[in-house]
Amino acid sequence: MIVFDNVVKRYPGGQEALSGVSFELQRGEMAFLTGHSGAGKSTLLKLITLIERCTRGQVVVDGQNLARVTSARIPYLRRRIGIIFQDHRLLMDRTVFDNVALPLVIGGMRHQEIARRVRAALDKVGLLDKEKAYPVTLSGGEQQRVGIARAVVHKPTILLADEPTGNLDPELSETIMRLFERFHQAGVTVLIASHNLDLIVRMQRRMLVLHRGRLVGDEVPVWQE
Amino acid sequence: MAGMRPLAPRRRRPAAGAQPVRRPAGPQAAGATATVRDRIVGYLLRHLQTALASLGRASRTPFSSLITAGVIGIALALPTGLYVVLKEAQQLGGNRDQAAQISVFLKMQVGETQAQDTAARVRNWPEIAAVRFISRAEALEEFRRTSGFGEALEALPDNPLPAVLVIQPRPEHAQPQQAEALLERLRALPETDIAQLALACLQRLAAMMELARRGVLVIASLLGLAVLLVVGNTIRLDIQNRRDEIVIMKLIGATNSFIRRPFLYSGLWYGLAGGLIAWLLVSLSLWSLRDPIARLASLYGDGFRVPGLDIHTTLALFFLSALLGTLGSLLAVSRHLGAIEPG
Repeated sequence: MIVFDNVVKRYPGGQEALSGVSFELQRGEMAFLTGHSGAGKSTLLKLITLIERCTRGQVVVDGQNLARVTSARIPYLRRRIGIIFQDHRLLMDRTVFDNVALPLVIGGMRHQEIARRVRAALDKVGLLDKEKAYPVTLSGGEQQRVGIARAVVHKPTILLADEPTGNLDPELSETIMRLFERFHQAGVTVLIASHNLDLIVRMQRRMLVLHRGRLVGDEVPVWQE
Repeated sequence: MAGMRPLAPRRRRPAAGAQPVRRPAGPQAAGATATVRDRIVGYLLRHLQTALASLGRASRTPFSSLITAGVIGIALALPTGLYVVLKEAQQLGGNRDQAAQISVFLKMQVGETQAQDTAARVRNWPEIAAVRFISRAEALEEFRRTSGFGEALEALPDNPLPAVLVIQPRPEHAQPQQAEALLERLRALPETDIAQLALACLQRLAAMMELARRGVLVIASLLGLAVLLVVGNTIRLDIQNRRDEIVIMKLIGATNSFIRRPFLYSGLWYGLAGGLIAWLLVSLSLWSLRDPIARLASLYGDGFRVPGLDIHTTLALFFLSALLGTLGSLLAVSRHLGAIEPG
């Protein structure tokens, strides 16, 4: 589903964020991406969503070589991916419902269908009763769940999350992770960047470890109580 | 976390109560037509929603929106008002019967009866259709009524105005050459002091009109440009204020045209609101000027009506203001929206 083949990303300043990274993520697989801050986690996610383009090597997403995706086609690539951000990136002047509905509105879906799907997505994250609320009135965990509902409402095949539990306490973090696990069980390919090692190890999933732009580990961790 | 449901993949059920519909064409063709129509309806609905959302956004900051629309309105009102007055004035040049009119001013020493005789004599000439005789007293009365110099006239020892014959040639003698010949014949009359073709005067008026028309065109172009810049700048600020929102939209797969659309509608609404304000301003101005204009109009006879905003001018004004608003917004959007990319 996601293939990185000897990918190099060098920023204009000459600093190399990723050096020769290769891995493959199967359809429906769930994996964590970890490493210290500055190890290249965010850059890797940006390459998948074409926020950045790689300097060398090849990135293939859902069978599509990203080097051949023109700027005008980028929006259609992003519609197949659900993205979750550490800072939620919600529109503060719109209700929870309108925030979650955004990907469907962008896709040009009919109003009745939008309402049905938004409620289904809010139901999945347990926020059905908050649809008329504004994001400011919600807690951090609730805002993150709104972000997750928005990322999954259009049923993407890939779910990417960049430090989704960065600002949450351990208990809430685990809840969020379990939520991702359920999307994975429903057949979605999930890749989560996080430096919360304790939590990742407990999840018992494939773990890609980046260190200074190089992939130094790719295994399912062993968890000891 | 209570209230969460297992993520069972949902299958689409056929809509309850859907009835098979008999269609004259083949089922596939009919189905295709329905989807095309659905798509068009859906497309128009989305545009309507965006348009209303843009209007709602503008109405949430009524003061600044009103200022923008007001500036546009004032900029549009000036050329519109000038155009309306000019359009009525141009009717004068277009009146052919009047163009061939000849005014014969009789000598001061010609008495009332002699003047009347002259009028009667000239009336019988074959090339003349009608003669209107204005006696010295009538001329004075008319001048006093229309010029506003009534009191000044009182101070004069006697009536300074001559008697006038206003002569309308028959149509076949109204052409410039024939009219000129007739003019010569009238000048040859012993009672004639001055004989004048109205044409010359009207030609001069027409030349002035042309100058005024060009002037209005120049003013309209400059102020149209001002409207473009005002809308462009307003939309540019709007884009800057909503930068985060635009980034988020791009991240979740919004196309550039989707992001552009609400801004274009904002421009359209600013333009239309400006057009409405311009319409109100021009209507009010013409209303407050209607008495002096009517007096001026009466001086020019029947050819000059009190100008007003007719339906064509009104529609043209609204169309142009909406167009300028949209274009101004397009300028800002194409210049500033592309620069905002998630990073």
